[in-house]
Amino acid sequence: MNIDAEETQLLACIPRLRRYARALVGDRSAADDLVQDTLEKGWRKLSQWRRDSDMRAWLFGIMHNLHVDRVRRPRFTAVDLAEREDLLTTRAAQTDALDMRDLDAALRLLPQEQREVLLLIALEEMTYDEAAGVLGIPIGTVMSRLSRGREKLRAAMEGRIVAPPLKVVK
Amino acid sequence: MSPYPITEADIQAYVDGLLPAARRAEIDVYLANHPDEAARVAAYRAQNAALRSLFNPVLDEPVPGRLSVRPRASRHLRRLAAGFAIAIAGGAAGWTLRGTTQSGSELASLGGAAVQAGAHIDPLARQAAIAHVVYSPDVRRPVEIGAEQEDQLVAWLSKRIGAPIRPPKLGKLGYELIGGRLLPGNSGPVAQFMYHNVAGERLTLYVSTEQAQNHDTGFRFAQEGPVNVFYWIDGKFGYALSAGIDKGELARVSGAVYEQLEKPS
Repeated sequence: MNIDAEETQLLACIPRLRRYARALVGDRSAADDLVQDTLEKGWRKLSQWRRDSDMRAWLFGIMHNLHVDRVRRPRFTAVDLAEREDLLTTRAAQTDALDMRDLDAALRLLPQEQREVLLLIALEEMTYDEAAGVLGIPIGTVMSRLSRGREKLRAAMEGRIVAPPLKVVK
Repeated sequence: MSPYPITEADIQAYVDGLLPAARRAEIDVYLANHPDEAARVAAYRAQNAALRSLFNPVLDEPVPGRLSVRPRASRHLRRLAAGFAIAIAGGAAGWTLRGTTQSGSELASLGGAAVQAGAHIDPLARQAAIAHVVYSPDVRRPVEIGAEQEDQLVAWLSKRIGAPIRPPKLGKLGYELIGGRLLPGNSGPVAQFMYHNVAGERLTLYVSTEQAQNHDTGFRFAQEGPVNVFYWIDGKFGYALSAGIDKGELARVSGAVYEQLEKPS
């Protein structure tokens, strides 16, 4: 495989990286920042990518690591320039079953690690093995996070959890 | 019934269509006899479908230009760092608020942000903004060595930092160098160059070499209180341009700084 083919492969992953980042982060501009940083790292390390491996999984792994770093250090309000002029957002069509806005809000209630697993599987349609590889965790952990994340999302969508429960002060 | 008990993992894999046909058939039977579990499976499948229909439209959005081009800047900056316009080694970013009380409410508001944000946040833009607010209002002594002694400034900062360092020329954009200073970082010096225009508006360029543990970024904008900051990180180098001036104007200047970094004169 030559360099051009690798570049093409990387570029082809961008829409999926953007979809996942949007679902993960919520905010469009912050999501694209995450994608941009992922791509910059990806371009830089493209020569280290093993050619027999899955480019998508490799890039998602890079994004996961960057995202974990970011979650650990909350950010100073930063806006990407390109985004300010481009406020055109594609809105999903409403489905009758679920209110999409509620779904997005409910998704935000999930702990970070459950949201990641759920999105890799539901949105990216990865196998549990692939998700475990991307996140660098055992498959059993993928399964338990998936199970808990789904149940929590279901509860939120059914209105059983409106807000995160209050903590009891000892 | 199957000799294997139905596990939670089976249920999840059933939802995602990841079970072999034989096992799937066994789960079908199980679900027919357990309506609660069937309802749960249906809810999870609905989640999958809803997540896709919520986020799949992103796949059809036009990809922003900044994402679809292979970045080249890093390479230029690195070559440059090897010996041209602004090249610093051995410095360190990091400005803490400890002991700085003289700069009034602007600084206080930045301090609030800093405290709120914690110790490891995107420090480059914040530190640059704080350094800007601390020094730029100083009428009498905004810099340690003035532009009239630029050779001395360059020699001194280069010596302190241990590598050649030179301020970009922004005269064509209406900004003249006032001078520069050394700032305390977490583990060494950081440089700040200050410029002004005929209206007296001041602009500072903050250069740090403490970014090695951070990942590279594209051109970014941050705003905190009255200070606008354009910044980017390349390898261990971090650059931040701060000013109270209008964002568009600052973008223009940032472009020029960036260009000089790419094409050293």
